[in-house]
Amino acid sequence: MGNIHKLSAAVVAISFAAAASAAHANEVRVFNWSDYIAPETLEKFTERTGIEVTYDVYDSNETLDAALLAGRSGYDVVVPSTHYFTRQISAGVYQPLNPELLPNLSNLNAELMANLEGIDAGGEYSVPYMWGTNGLGYNVDRVREILGDDAPVDSWALLFDPEITTALSDAGCGLSMLDSGDEMLSPAMAYLGLDPLSENIEDLEAGGELIAGVRNNMTYFHSSRYVADLANGDICVAAGYSGDIFQAAERAEEAGRDFSVGYSIPKEGAALWFDLMAVPADAPNTENAHAFINFILDPEIAAEITEYVRYANPNAAANEYLSEEILNDPAIYPETDTMQNLYVAIEKPQNVQRARTRIWNRVKSGR
Amino acid sequence: MMPTRVSVLLKRLQFGRRAVIAFPLVWLTLFFLLPFALVLKISLSEAAIAIPPYGPLLEYADQTLHIFLSLGNYLFLLSDSLYVAAYWGSVKTAFMATSICLLIGYPMAYAMARAPARWQLLLLLLVMLPSWTSFLIRVYAWMGILSNSGLINNLLIGIGLIDSPIRMMNTQFAVTIGIVYAYLPFMVLPLYAHLARLDNSLLEAAADLGSRKINTFVKVTLPLSMGGIVAGSMLVFIPAVGEFVIPELLGGPNTLMIGKVLWEEFFLNRDWPVASALAMVMLLLLLVPIVWFHRYQSRELE
Repeated sequence: MGNIHKLSAAVVAISFAAAASAAHANEVRVFNWSDYIAPETLEKFTERTGIEVTYDVYDSNETLDAALLAGRSGYDVVVPSTHYFTRQISAGVYQPLNPELLPNLSNLNAELMANLEGIDAGGEYSVPYMWGTNGLGYNVDRVREILGDDAPVDSWALLFDPEITTALSDAGCGLSMLDSGDEMLSPAMAYLGLDPLSENIEDLEAGGELIAGVRNNMTYFHSSRYVADLANGDICVAAGYSGDIFQAAERAEEAGRDFSVGYSIPKEGAALWFDLMAVPADAPNTENAHAFINFILDPEIAAEITEYVRYANPNAAANEYLSEEILNDPAIYPETDTMQNLYVAIEKPQNVQRARTRIWNRVKSGR
Repeated sequence: MMPTRVSVLLKRLQFGRRAVIAFPLVWLTLFFLLPFALVLKISLSEAAIAIPPYGPLLEYADQTLHIFLSLGNYLFLLSDSLYVAAYWGSVKTAFMATSICLLIGYPMAYAMARAPARWQLLLLLLVMLPSWTSFLIRVYAWMGILSNSGLINNLLIGIGLIDSPIRMMNTQFAVTIGIVYAYLPFMVLPLYAHLARLDNSLLEAAADLGSRKINTFVKVTLPLSMGGIVAGSMLVFIPAVGEFVIPELLGGPNTLMIGKVLWEEFFLNRDWPVASALAMVMLLLLLVPIVWFHRYQSRELE
């Protein structure tokens, strides 16, 4: 998921890190994404279990990864995303979970969980927290005005087609991509009809070439700036994280703009990701960590978080506590045939990872 | 009796000297040499999937001590033009920003040093006051000024000078403006310190001998303020080369600077050894101007 309040998150993380050093007898230390929990959730947990929560936040997988790989992070529960997880397991970052301490596991949606087999088979190390997609955010009114009513808003063509992007860019309608080879090369390959998860360097190069062809029409490559810019109308098409784009739409509405922001999952395929709750191998309070994970698996709690953060939860039992508006929103809970086109990014070997970063750098800088 | 007293005094002096030198030495060891050694160590190891994510340098097994020194990380930097291009991009941007800082900063410092004494404190404060606001907030403010729907564009469109916004954000131009703005005080302050110390009688002597103002400036003022120019330029150039935040926030896809590449090696490729090697090379690159600066300073002291 995205990173919005970089600055505030860093400040909060620092001030909490100071608090965290004062050890507490009955506590659990949670390290989660910023803006990713309902306001009452932690209080309810303490009320129900008597366990105090020290809650810190981060704004990117990279931040968490560096903290975990350096060792002795001091956290009991962390919430990394799928594409970072496998490598962290191999590095020995996590301990296996004890299913006996997690009776609420039965609430999980079995069909959805099948997507995680390639990441963490059988859920030995992890329980999903929330999930979402990476798709297209767009300024509904501006895009229609420029491209007409049959604008291909359900396709990556909106961002990858040279003619379409030139038309948008010439009309002063900015476009943006996430600044991440991992996140942009896969949709480019999907748009070309290639396997979005291909590790074949030629496929990656082809994806890179496609993006290089529209590079001059991109206003920028950035992984969080588009939230504010979509809401202000500075940008009108952006590849982005579902939740971030919902937030942009909400902000545009609150500010009373004369346009609305929409989100679509392109038909060629898009990334499906999970943020996974896991317990570091050196966690000081293992049992409390399990208690916390089990609490999040409570259907009412999961529903409460989804209502607040607008990301889907993997909890089948939570559906009955969700509002119709959220449950029937195809951008949050996509329909079955959309789900079939989604792919889960997996861990890549070092040389493929490096090739991706390198191709991305060349595409971006035009070298 | 005299010799013993002298030797006691000398001994005491020596102890005092050692104590005085010890403090900066300990400081340097703790905050420069140790981190330097750690980064050097990581740069010579091999990447691994483990905690920490690099292999050991020493291993003792079967009564043999194995030492692993991997130079591959350094060779790798040569194998890909990206790194050279990124270093070059950083040096170019830093040089450009330093030159502009000097062009703007010198007249500022000159005017400040020539201003009536009661004004000088106020002028100094005006130079320093902006830095009391957080650096990040000041860079964010530039985003508001330069963006398509920002201050400048709205103003120009408002008075009818242009129809569609000029693209300034996310360009090399914005990065240069950001660096110049952020580091200008570091240029002005040492220049001011040098120019304020300038002996007025030298200028009067030049005038008495019939030198014109421009000639006096070129032959007297400029050489005497050289120390300030060098100090100010170093204070701007060195941090500007490693700058990460300004290009990240104001830069566009064309901006290729070493700070960002280092970040990518560390966080995206998760290759700490190559990232460390990159940092070592950057340090070596910066060592050249630092040594030059040091030489210049000691020559000036003589």
